[in-house]
Amino acid sequence: MKNIYKIYLTGVGGQGIVRVSTIIGEAAMRKGLNVVMSELHGMAERGGIITTEVKIGDVSSAIIQDGNADLLFAMEPVEALRSLEKVGPNTSAIVNSAPIIPFTVSLGIDTYPEISQIITELQSKIKNLFVIDALELARKAGDTIVSNIVMLGAAAAIPGFPVEKELLLTSMKETFPASTIEVNYAAFESGYETVLSEISRR
Amino acid sequence: MKVKQILTGKEGENLFLLGNEAAVRGALEGGVGIASTYPGTPASEIGNVFSRIAKEAGIYFEFSSNEKVALEVSAAAAISGVRSFVAMKCVGLNVAADSFMSTIYEGVRGGMVIFVADDPSMYSSQNEQDDRLYARISGSPLLEPSNPQEVKDSMKFALELSEKFNIPVLVRTTTRVSHMRGVVELGKIERGKTKSTFEKNPRQFVVMPATAPKMRQELILKLRDIEEFANTWELNRIIDKGGDYGIITSGGSFNYVIDILDEYNIPAKVLKLTLSYPFPEKLVKDFLDSVKQVVIVEEVDPVMEKEVFIILGKYGIQKKVYGKLDGTFPRVFEYTPDIVRESLCKSFDLHLSQKESYKTDIPLPSRPPLLCPGCPHRATYYALKQAVNKLGIENPIYATDIGCYALAIAPPFEMADCNLSMGSSIGTGCGFARATDQKVIGFIGDSTFFHAGIPGLINAVHNKNKVMLVILDNRITAMTGGQPNPGMPFDGMGGTAPEISIEEVVKASGVGFIKTVDPFNLKRAEEAFTEALQYDGVAVVIAKHPCAAMITDRERRRKGIHITFDVNPDKCTRCMVCVKEFACPAICVAQDGSVHIDPLLCDGCGVCRQVCPEKAIEVRK
Repeated sequence: MKNIYKIYLTGVGGQGIVRVSTIIGEAAMRKGLNVVMSELHGMAERGGIITTEVKIGDVSSAIIQDGNADLLFAMEPVEALRSLEKVGPNTSAIVNSAPIIPFTVSLGIDTYPEISQIITELQSKIKNLFVIDALELARKAGDTIVSNIVMLGAAAAIPGFPVEKELLLTSMKETFPASTIEVNYAAFESGYETVLSEISRR
Repeated sequence: MKVKQILTGKEGENLFLLGNEAAVRGALEGGVGIASTYPGTPASEIGNVFSRIAKEAGIYFEFSSNEKVALEVSAAAAISGVRSFVAMKCVGLNVAADSFMSTIYEGVRGGMVIFVADDPSMYSSQNEQDDRLYARISGSPLLEPSNPQEVKDSMKFALELSEKFNIPVLVRTTTRVSHMRGVVELGKIERGKTKSTFEKNPRQFVVMPATAPKMRQELILKLRDIEEFANTWELNRIIDKGGDYGIITSGGSFNYVIDILDEYNIPAKVLKLTLSYPFPEKLVKDFLDSVKQVVIVEEVDPVMEKEVFIILGKYGIQKKVYGKLDGTFPRVFEYTPDIVRESLCKSFDLHLSQKESYKTDIPLPSRPPLLCPGCPHRATYYALKQAVNKLGIENPIYATDIGCYALAIAPPFEMADCNLSMGSSIGTGCGFARATDQKVIGFIGDSTFFHAGIPGLINAVHNKNKVMLVILDNRITAMTGGQPNPGMPFDGMGGTAPEISIEEVVKASGVGFIKTVDPFNLKRAEEAFTEALQYDGVAVVIAKHPCAAMITDRERRRKGIHITFDVNPDKCTRCMVCVKEFACPAICVAQDGSVHIDPLLCDGCGVCRQVCPEKAIEVRK
């Protein structure tokens, strides 16, 4: 069996899922690894769900079989639950606890579960689960828009993540304009440190 | 990566490219001098990339007013001897089909690629059509690349094939190929001709009853030669993993097949067809002879499967074929690795272990796509609905069209009753006006109006079909990510361009009632709609305001100004008009029932202030 690392990323349009996935892919490429990624555009951008799939290693298709993700990267708690079919016994997860309440909830069509209920449910399925408030960490880093980079830093600290921190930082440098690179670096570090200290506590 | 690198990347360098981005690089490596498109997902990024780099690359690129025009621009280039490239989404080829058929008959002097992106599962399309069938209707050779590297490489190959056999070549992807990223090793960019001299030859370039029969005969001969070529071409290749199971596959499906075979160590022979039409009969027959049974893995119609049955029938061969026709594979929607694994298990009677996966019993809220906060369409629909209700118009028919505004199908507006294709709002509107006594209200966007709306409007006026048409002019082609259209003062290469006035076009079409309003002024908009709805004849209201996602927000950010609004809890009576009737996603209801505006989502349009009966919405301090 070949060594392939599979990441399922999910969130809501506007959260920067495609951007962060591309940064991971470019870092993997820079390391000399093969990498493929699948992304969906179009109507989903209007506040809908965005998912991408990244596979690093000797592989052709970017789509992950059910139960096969090595890492679930969820920018939104309900979207983490919605992605459980990609989660199996060997999946680790990094989940942002900051919710984005769909408009269907305001209209009274749907209800949004309690965050604590979501986390308990995730804990019951995923052994290696990390939950962080990426929105708050991003705010502290200087801009709420960099939540995705907080999450990227957090993912990079999870054992088994196949691309080193330095390579990800290089990818970021080539992606972002010079004026925003400091806040992005700060965001990355805060996510990275949060997960590292969580691991050392466990 | 920056978009410019698609042009500046050196030979031998690796880039992490989207299939669509790779197509552009491939076109440049293939020496394309003229490129054209009409944006449509999943092919939209092709135009976006061309528009950013065409000038520097020294080639001509345009966003044409529709796919037919785009194809004609590229066809004329190729007829003149300039290599050309035209891209569109699956259904775009329906629009271009008339000229497409003829250009295959006529042939080309310079290479021509017609790139189409199919959309299995209909992520952003109105149907699931398989454009490989267009290769068969027209007689155009067809390439089906599987990944971004192959997309890039197939461009150069298609251009060469096109010149060699004097025929345009169709390159077909699917969403999962066009929107797949992968490591692409770049080749050298060839500076192709951008100008040539058209050499007259009416017998080749004018289709008519006197000339077409000869073209038709020549086409059949060309296809015979190309089939010969396809039989031995190295990219129609067999991957032999032992055993006597056979699999024939193409495009994105190939990726799933090869991964499943590798993961589970299944011995099988795989015939990967890249040049899949003309169907290489000899190659396929030899392959069929070498295997005990065969599985056809393709998306989305059983196209190659039927070709295989033709060969089996023609040579009287008995062989079990697994595919869509016997129910082994699903007949609708795209494949996934799980579907391919399970279907291969059924075909070869295998029992493959699969990992446990989970699901939750917690009910999850749905997250449908919505009109953005600050979207001018919301204001338009709100104002129109007020006018319709106040006039007491019962059961109007809302004939809508292709664009973001079709999202008004959802509550609370529910103002989308019929939609067929680009421009159909007006044509169906004419029919409804004749077939019913209901009030007919059509909706069409600016880009869609230029694309295919104008003939419908002329028809409505000339045939006296009483339609009230709203042209939602948001100053951009929004749904596909913000491409310019003829109503804007710039072109696809970033230069200035004459701005075509929708109002003048409407006037010239003979429309008796025309009014242009800014929908952000709800009162004025409602007045205009009220008048238009009472007009006895074809009436047009142009609701003109820039798209929130494209222009307003960008300008605001650049200027560093961003006003947002909030609900004053002392004034709010929780009447819910802003939530339930205006339905801006930035307005949310807390668990205690109080109404708030999310400052991260609020675009600052302020239209909700006009909606609030209590004047409770104020500028956030």
